[in-house]
Amino acid sequence: MIDNGLPEGWELVVGLEVHVELATKTKLFSGSPNRFGDEPNTNIDPVTLGLPGALPVLNQHAVELAMRIGLALNCTVKPSTFHRKNYFYPDLSKAYQITQYDEPLNVDGFLMLPGGVRVGVERAHMEEDTGKSTHFGGAGGRIHGSDYSLIDFNRAGVPLVEIVSHPDVRTAEQARQYVNELRAILVAVGASDAKMEEGSMRCDANVSVRKYGAELGTRCEIKNVNSVRSLGKAIEYEARRQIDVLETGGTIRQETRHWDETDGRTHTLRAKVDANDYRYFLEPDLVMLAPDAEWVERVRAALPVLPAARRTNLAALTGAEEDSEAIAVVVERGQDTYIEEVKNSGGDAGRALVWVQQSFAEEGSAPRLPAKDLAALTVLERDGKLTATQAKTVLGDMLEAGGGDPAAIAASKGFEALDTSVIEGFVDEGIAAQPDAWAKYCAGEEKAMGALVGTIMKLSKGKADGKVVTAILQQRRGS
Amino acid sequence: MSNFTSATSIAQNVASGAQSAASVVEEHLQRISQREEEVHAFNLVTSTEARERAADLDARIARGENVGPLAGVPIALKDNMCTRGIPTTCSSKILEGWKPPYNATVVDKLFAAGAVFVGKTNLDEFAMGSSTENSAFGPTRNPLDTSRVPGGSSGGSAAAVAAGFAAVSLGSDTGGSIRQPAALCGVVGVKPTYGLVSRYGLVAFASSLDQIGPFSHSVADAALLTEIIAGYDPMDSTSIPKPAPSLVSVLGRGVEGMRIGRVADLPEGADADVLARLDAAFVALEKAGATIVDVKLPSLSYALTAYYLIAPAEASSNLARYDGVRYGNRVAANDMNTMYADTRAAGFGDEVKRRIMLGTYALSAGYYDAYYGKALKVRRLISDDFAAAYVNADVILTPTSPTVAFPFGAKTDDPLTMYLCDIFTIPTNLAGHPAMSVPFGTGQANMPVGVQILAPTLGEEAMFKVAAVLESAA
Repeated sequence: MIDNGLPEGWELVVGLEVHVELATKTKLFSGSPNRFGDEPNTNIDPVTLGLPGALPVLNQHAVELAMRIGLALNCTVKPSTFHRKNYFYPDLSKAYQITQYDEPLNVDGFLMLPGGVRVGVERAHMEEDTGKSTHFGGAGGRIHGSDYSLIDFNRAGVPLVEIVSHPDVRTAEQARQYVNELRAILVAVGASDAKMEEGSMRCDANVSVRKYGAELGTRCEIKNVNSVRSLGKAIEYEARRQIDVLETGGTIRQETRHWDETDGRTHTLRAKVDANDYRYFLEPDLVMLAPDAEWVERVRAALPVLPAARRTNLAALTGAEEDSEAIAVVVERGQDTYIEEVKNSGGDAGRALVWVQQSFAEEGSAPRLPAKDLAALTVLERDGKLTATQAKTVLGDMLEAGGGDPAAIAASKGFEALDTSVIEGFVDEGIAAQPDAWAKYCAGEEKAMGALVGTIMKLSKGKADGKVVTAILQQRRGS
Repeated sequence: MSNFTSATSIAQNVASGAQSAASVVEEHLQRISQREEEVHAFNLVTSTEARERAADLDARIARGENVGPLAGVPIALKDNMCTRGIPTTCSSKILEGWKPPYNATVVDKLFAAGAVFVGKTNLDEFAMGSSTENSAFGPTRNPLDTSRVPGGSSGGSAAAVAAGFAAVSLGSDTGGSIRQPAALCGVVGVKPTYGLVSRYGLVAFASSLDQIGPFSHSVADAALLTEIIAGYDPMDSTSIPKPAPSLVSVLGRGVEGMRIGRVADLPEGADADVLARLDAAFVALEKAGATIVDVKLPSLSYALTAYYLIAPAEASSNLARYDGVRYGNRVAANDMNTMYADTRAAGFGDEVKRRIMLGTYALSAGYYDAYYGKALKVRRLISDDFAAAYVNADVILTPTSPTVAFPFGAKTDDPLTMYLCDIFTIPTNLAGHPAMSVPFGTGQANMPVGVQILAPTLGEEAMFKVAAVLESAA
């Protein structure tokens, strides 16, 4: 039984619905730009505004990006249709959303979490986004009770893919992993920038609890989760709320709940009985979307190496653990190919991983520092010509200048390489200066080594390689 | 045949310089000024724009330019086709005053062909009706007898041609809205194959059924107009990706050896005078060398019911956008739902409201399968029946309308009697097939009777061949 943080005997069951905006140039059904942050109501046209007589035309690039998502999630691409989802709201210009309903483009996939948990993907379907309403006056930023509302239709018609998981997630941590991994995949395949903060990736969680072995419990859908961190918190809160209700003899009502970041709770948004009847029917203005096998295979063949495989590769290259922080961070930043270049330039991949993780946070997937320069630095380090501390200083200069010869920089800073014979001299002086520590160390008290190394480094003015000093001390002790 | 000059002749005369576009326009505007008050074919007469356009065409022709196959032809447009900067109302108060920022594809095509637009014609509100009595701006009268309706919903476009206000016009046909008024006004009316003519810029009533087509005095003019407005349009995803057919060239080829279908199980309801003209049409075609074959269309009797579920269902969704938020009339209120309700209550007429309610109900959870879902099955059955019938027949002949033009108010009390006007025209819309009405003599009260020619998908050539023979025999 996995630790889900819940009271003994309770199992958490979570399914996730993730909406992502596709990184197309234009909208799903019209030629207006798909661009975030422009002046309100500038990226509009008769189709976007739902003017009488306007007709939708499907954006083929959006279809291609949707297929990339489906194929990266191990889905089958199938002939699919579009439906109209009918409801009235001022920012829904046609009073219906065009969305895929019972015949989605991508079905039956899965996503492997870094820890090896398999989360089924039921479907990844295409739909259009709505406009954005802003309500002024009144309470809570809601339309009811507001003085007036403004609508920006720039977002209306932006292509979305909704990725619906099976209820295979069992802990809040797995939910976080799922969203992080999904985001990494979406970015890797170029389908979306997937930024939760900017709303280009939005996540709803269907949460229920049950006693182990029991039937699935009634679920609640949690909306308004704006970060991966909030997702975990919202799921944890909601699970405990449901357990409290059930343990005090109550029942869970199927409903949509709103996560409130400020009070850390979920609140009822609407009960299922109040849900809209969307009157779905086949969109008569569009024809069936049935990508031919040749197109599907072309998209599949062009998929890049996905993050999971890249982590495996980078771990093998650097000797680091596959589930280590360094591997995750560097692959997420897309800097794994850079480390490969360092290695190909004769550098030490393991040291390169450390430096890239520590110092390349602002560099993106194409660091300015030439790979051969970092390679040269890691060689100096490996050969004992520079200590870690010195290497860090040299790297700082190299990053600032956008490159440089690390040996020359080291020389200019007086970081000359110390021979082992010179270091031996400092070791002699250090033992003489710390006889008690030396005695303790020889008696097997490992902690005592710290004081010795510290003294020896100070004597060498930081130029001795700590690893070499440690090796000499161990040798002298005869261990 | 009428005594008005055909579009084909006008275009030839204007292009050759034998007649100026300006004089053609004046001739038509004069007829409008004489009779429009009585007929009310138009929601808007664009005389200023028409005169400017004619002058421009004349100048270009004087410079030796070829201005296109419709040089100087006055055309009226049903007021549910978008015209840039010119009000497009659908004869509804909810769209009163709205000016589209773009042209329908057919408008651009006609303009490029050298046509002159003389106005926007009246219709049953949002094309829902069979008499043009459902217009928010008052009914159109039949120019042949102004105590009678012109049919509908494209009654204004039919009347405009019948009265000589325009040489030709465009209508839209969802369940018979071109063919039925054509029959009642004694003109030719064509509903092309679904997808042959772009719907971009046609204000939608029922998207899977709507199709634009021409009204004219002659079969040749109808063929010319159809050729010009047809063809693939990337702006309409349901547009057929094929070039426009060649139709004028097939006229006069006769019907020798063609198989003309007679529906053995034709639904009842047509008046005797109408059936008599249908029989006469069969005789004329047989005389011209065609063979008459009996075909069966057993599902035809369910077509009307299926149509009145499918069309209102789509309409309930298509008309939901008229909410007062972005354009058109708005009734101000203190909250969103009241604004929606009051705007739509004030903006829509009774028939539109009736169909929105019908359609909303048919699509509702718990009713979808019993109503909308079953109607879709009937729609497939009808297509199957037609497919079987067209194995033995090249075209099928039926009445267009069960009656000749009826007096105002005759069918307004009971919507069902009005719905029955379209019993013979609806099946082709459900199948997506082409069909046209050709005047073929007169019936009661000396009012015209139309014969309807049905053909399979993209069977326009056969349809027009038969129409030409009927026209010469009428």
